[in-house]
Amino acid sequence: MLVVTVTDSAQRRTPKAAKTSSVFKKVVMAVSGIILVLYLIAHMIGNLKAFTGRESFNHYSEWIRTIGEPAVPAQTTLWIIRVVLLAAVVAHIWAAVTLWRQAKRARPQGYVTKKAVAQSYASRTMRWGGVIIFFFVIYHILDLTVGAVNPDGTGSTPYDRLVAGFSNPFVTAFYVIALLLLGMHLRHGIWSATQTLGQSNRRREVTVNAFAIVFASLLTLGFLLVPFSVLFGLID
Amino acid sequence: MPLDLFTVGDPIADTKAPMDVPIGERWSTRRFRGRLVNPANRRKMTIIVVGTGLAGGSAAATLGEAGYKVKSFWYQDSPRRAHSVAAQGGINAAKNYRNDGDSVHRLFYDTVKGGDFRARENNVHRLAEVSVNIIDQAVAQGVPFAREYGGLLDNRSFGGTQVSRTFYARGQTGQQLLYGAYQALERQIAAGNVEQHARTEMLDLIVVDGRARGIVARDLVTGEISTHYADAVVLASGGYGNVFYLSTNAKGSNTTAIWRAHKRGAYFANPCYTQIHPTCIPVKGDYQSKLTLMSESLRNDGRVWVPKERGDTRDARQIPEDERDYYLERIYPAFGNLVPRDIASRQAKNVCDEGRGVGPGGLGVYLDFAEAIQRMGRPAVEAKYGNLFDMYAQITGENPYETPMRIYPAVHYTMGGLWVDYDLQSTIPGMFVIGEANFSDHGANRLGASALMQGLADGYFVLPSTITEYLADGPFEKVDDSHPAAAEAIAGVRDQVQRLLSINGTRSPASFHRELGKLMWDLCGMERSEESLRKALDRIPEIRQEFWTNLKVTGTEGSFNQTLEHAGRVADFIELAELMCVDALHRNESCGGHFRAESQTPEGEALRDDENFAYVAAWEWTPEGAPPVLHREALEYEYVHLAQRSYK
Amino acid sequence: MTATREGAIRVGDATDTPAEKRGMTLNLRIWRQNGPSAKGKMVTYKVADISPDMSFLEMLDVLNEQLIQAGDDPVAFDHDCREGICGMCGVMINGMAHGPQQTTTCQLHMRSFKDGDTIDIEPWRATAFPVIKDLAVDRRAFDRIIQAGGYISVPTGTAPEAHSVPVPKKDADSAFDAATCIGCGACVAACPNASSMLFTAAKVTHLGLLPQGQPERNDRVVNMVAQQDREGFGGCTNIGECSASCPKGISMETISRLNHDLLGALRAGARPKS
Repeated sequence: MLVVTVTDSAQRRTPKAAKTSSVFKKVVMAVSGIILVLYLIAHMIGNLKAFTGRESFNHYSEWIRTIGEPAVPAQTTLWIIRVVLLAAVVAHIWAAVTLWRQAKRARPQGYVTKKAVAQSYASRTMRWGGVIIFFFVIYHILDLTVGAVNPDGTGSTPYDRLVAGFSNPFVTAFYVIALLLLGMHLRHGIWSATQTLGQSNRRREVTVNAFAIVFASLLTLGFLLVPFSVLFGLID
Repeated sequence: MPLDLFTVGDPIADTKAPMDVPIGERWSTRRFRGRLVNPANRRKMTIIVVGTGLAGGSAAATLGEAGYKVKSFWYQDSPRRAHSVAAQGGINAAKNYRNDGDSVHRLFYDTVKGGDFRARENNVHRLAEVSVNIIDQAVAQGVPFAREYGGLLDNRSFGGTQVSRTFYARGQTGQQLLYGAYQALERQIAAGNVEQHARTEMLDLIVVDGRARGIVARDLVTGEISTHYADAVVLASGGYGNVFYLSTNAKGSNTTAIWRAHKRGAYFANPCYTQIHPTCIPVKGDYQSKLTLMSESLRNDGRVWVPKERGDTRDARQIPEDERDYYLERIYPAFGNLVPRDIASRQAKNVCDEGRGVGPGGLGVYLDFAEAIQRMGRPAVEAKYGNLFDMYAQITGENPYETPMRIYPAVHYTMGGLWVDYDLQSTIPGMFVIGEANFSDHGANRLGASALMQGLADGYFVLPSTITEYLADGPFEKVDDSHPAAAEAIAGVRDQVQRLLSINGTRSPASFHRELGKLMWDLCGMERSEESLRKALDRIPEIRQEFWTNLKVTGTEGSFNQTLEHAGRVADFIELAELMCVDALHRNESCGGHFRAESQTPEGEALRDDENFAYVAAWEWTPEGAPPVLHREALEYEYVHLAQRSYK
Repeated sequence: MTATREGAIRVGDATDTPAEKRGMTLNLRIWRQNGPSAKGKMVTYKVADISPDMSFLEMLDVLNEQLIQAGDDPVAFDHDCREGICGMCGVMINGMAHGPQQTTTCQLHMRSFKDGDTIDIEPWRATAFPVIKDLAVDRRAFDRIIQAGGYISVPTGTAPEAHSVPVPKKDADSAFDAATCIGCGACVAACPNASSMLFTAAKVTHLGLLPQGQPERNDRVVNMVAQQDREGFGGCTNIGECSASCPKGISMETISRLNHDLLGALRAGARPKS
């Protein structure tokens, strides 16, 4: 028989169960990102204590570990912060990786020629930038928190480790690159989170973008002040 | 008139409108007297709807809601692409929101008069009645019509009327109304009431025991020929303006569905009635594939002119005032640039025929805003017409603020179509025809903003009410591919596809289409004469002959083959063209969009001959070789008085 | 680097075609793929005598006429109205959806190119838009997103009088802006994630801004988003390529609005139908 009765493929299609909504993933990313940004603000302000001298800086470092004492045992607050941060980082990365994979699945065959017409450099470096920042954070913890990779070793005070670490221009260069990436990450991230949480509109768009740029620049600058000061001998 | 080109058959008449009550009660009476189908029986009945424009989309959605099993067919990838999407201006409705004296009766009157007294009164009155429901329906669907600051709907006025009754959504009214119907249709698809057949083209009608029972269709992606059966078939496949090759229709718009139905016994009414829109962007070169319309609102402030001297090739700005001929203002001092579409179009043709046309090939006239810019200031002109000027600049690369635009008329709409009765049923029982595909409401000329109104009236309100009378006798006996009528239709379709592929000549379908289109435009376009039409009728069989012996279609049957699609459509256009010319030749009068050189007033205006031609010409197809048969439906005017139009 | 993209021609920067732009010769590198499962590749063609006044699709018509004459298979591409409103046409031109201007492919004219140019032409690429042949893709995933909730449930004949519900002009105008989406798929094609967010957001915004759209507002957004994920589109990461490539200029604001509605709907307990 030459004639067939065609059933439309769309009607045969049995939809797969919807996986976690892509928008939900974006919300996870936005909320975890906001937590991390709040921490970064506190972190940067803490860093600037390096300008008040060794005593003050080490005291600040000690204070973080003793908040809430004697009501709670030593380091309780610090560990709560650490757990929250870790959860935020894990959530942030989970969302990023699953969205990345979804994007790969959504276009397995790329274009021979593709040009970006609107995409900012910041938004294009979100994924690779994020990966580099991740490795930077690990190095950073090993360097200054634990001291494992610090020239002054694990037994030193935070201030010593700070000065010893940043006296090496290569270490400082790595910090600078990572912080610039972080700045761009925040520049797109802040705008993106506003969109994802449904808080942007045409009226606010300019303001949100301007805020993202100013905020990201200030934060990056604040973080960069300390290593540059060490490098140029303003802090020793 | 002695014509060997057709024979005359029995008169035909609409028997469905209840003539025993006044015109204002006929539609409600008809609805009351018509039989109904109870909900349980509706589930047992299938209806095929071909096309998803305003008419087809709204009909499929409404029939699905009513509980019938609907099968919807369209040739594009999505039903949202049907060419109704391109309508710009607006949709008329007798809401009288402006308190300016509008009423159902006035809309009815304007439409009959605008149609140059060649439309059926009953159908037009119903259209006017239903128009108000369309607006309610569209608003409820979320169609974002233009609104005033108070939150109420805005209206504007349109050609041929003295009231403001046109509802609009910026310059994209067709798009927004279509999306309303499309969304309603998608809702029914999701609900399982409508089965979708995307990229599927109807290639024949299956008629069993005198009833339309199904269609043969080709899946344009896989090339598979399939059959689909139903208790009734609804054609909503649009107009046939692409017979002229260059028109404002979409590239895919075609006559195939209605033409094949015509060859199965449906009468084709008034095929020669075509509307030529005066303000289109002129043709630029041989490669041109499509004409683009610009809203005729431009004529409110633009002045139309050509040089007084023929062959004047100076730049427009170099031609002094006293060497310009503002011909519309000169000939029609009362209406000036705002004369109706058909008159503006024909005068543009006349000045170009005199050799005074401007632009490439001399086929264009100036539409000049210099005076308007001086009077209103450029910002005001920009605010009012900016988007149209941008569109013109995008297509032509010229700046209309500095040099006058060039415009030329283009084929825009076809008033003719398959003959239907008051129930919108064709001469084949069980086959209904709605929207531009039928002939019913616009007579010889359609008023602006009435096409959207008719499509939606037919699809949402008229057809779903009238089709029950027919279906009340159903469901009909089951049919399948083994029925001889079905087998014959399938074989015919397969045979044609094979023939098209096997000619293996030298010319592409597009080259035949261009040739046919040019011929129709030159000889059966804005002005027709016995001489030109006879010439066309000599040439068309030659084109057909060459088509079937020298066509080249590459590729295979069983694949996505756009050349093959086009070839099939061109084959039908060639046959239709012949009937159009016969119709135009036999109608030895001028009316609306049909202007016969032999029938004009001493001032050169269209002259109707009500004594001899106040009828609908419904043509019956006869197998090859025999001339078509003319069936006349007499038009009687009880409520609108016949009068000669004058715009001086 | 970010390529510059011109807006659709605005009057003022339109100029008469310079004489040297007449009769261009172009090299076209076109994606040829015989069917959905066939392997495709870029094939180079030469077209001569291309007028700058031709539209991009008319240029492809010239190529196809040439191919038919030579007995070759013409290039399949989708198109219909050729006046920028039906949304049927659309190809990647030199790596940009609909080419170097923010308009539809049919409204792009050859005066945007110059003699001797090489032009890369590819289909939209996305899992949810499988290639049918050459440059034609299947975009019915968009229809299924609409089926999931992109409508207002109002059966014919049940509508109240149109003036019974006034709509503030501002809302009606914003709804209209979102409703102008033509469903061409350029947003998906241009998005680095192949996300359909702009398309879905345009419909959610259009209907969500109108009083008539309120009863189904929550269910609409959760179901449409669930469907777009199910279709295999990527997730939105707010990059903005979509809006910059949209021939109708649908704004990124619509996406924010969708997100806002979705979060509200989820808080209110709306869940997608499975």
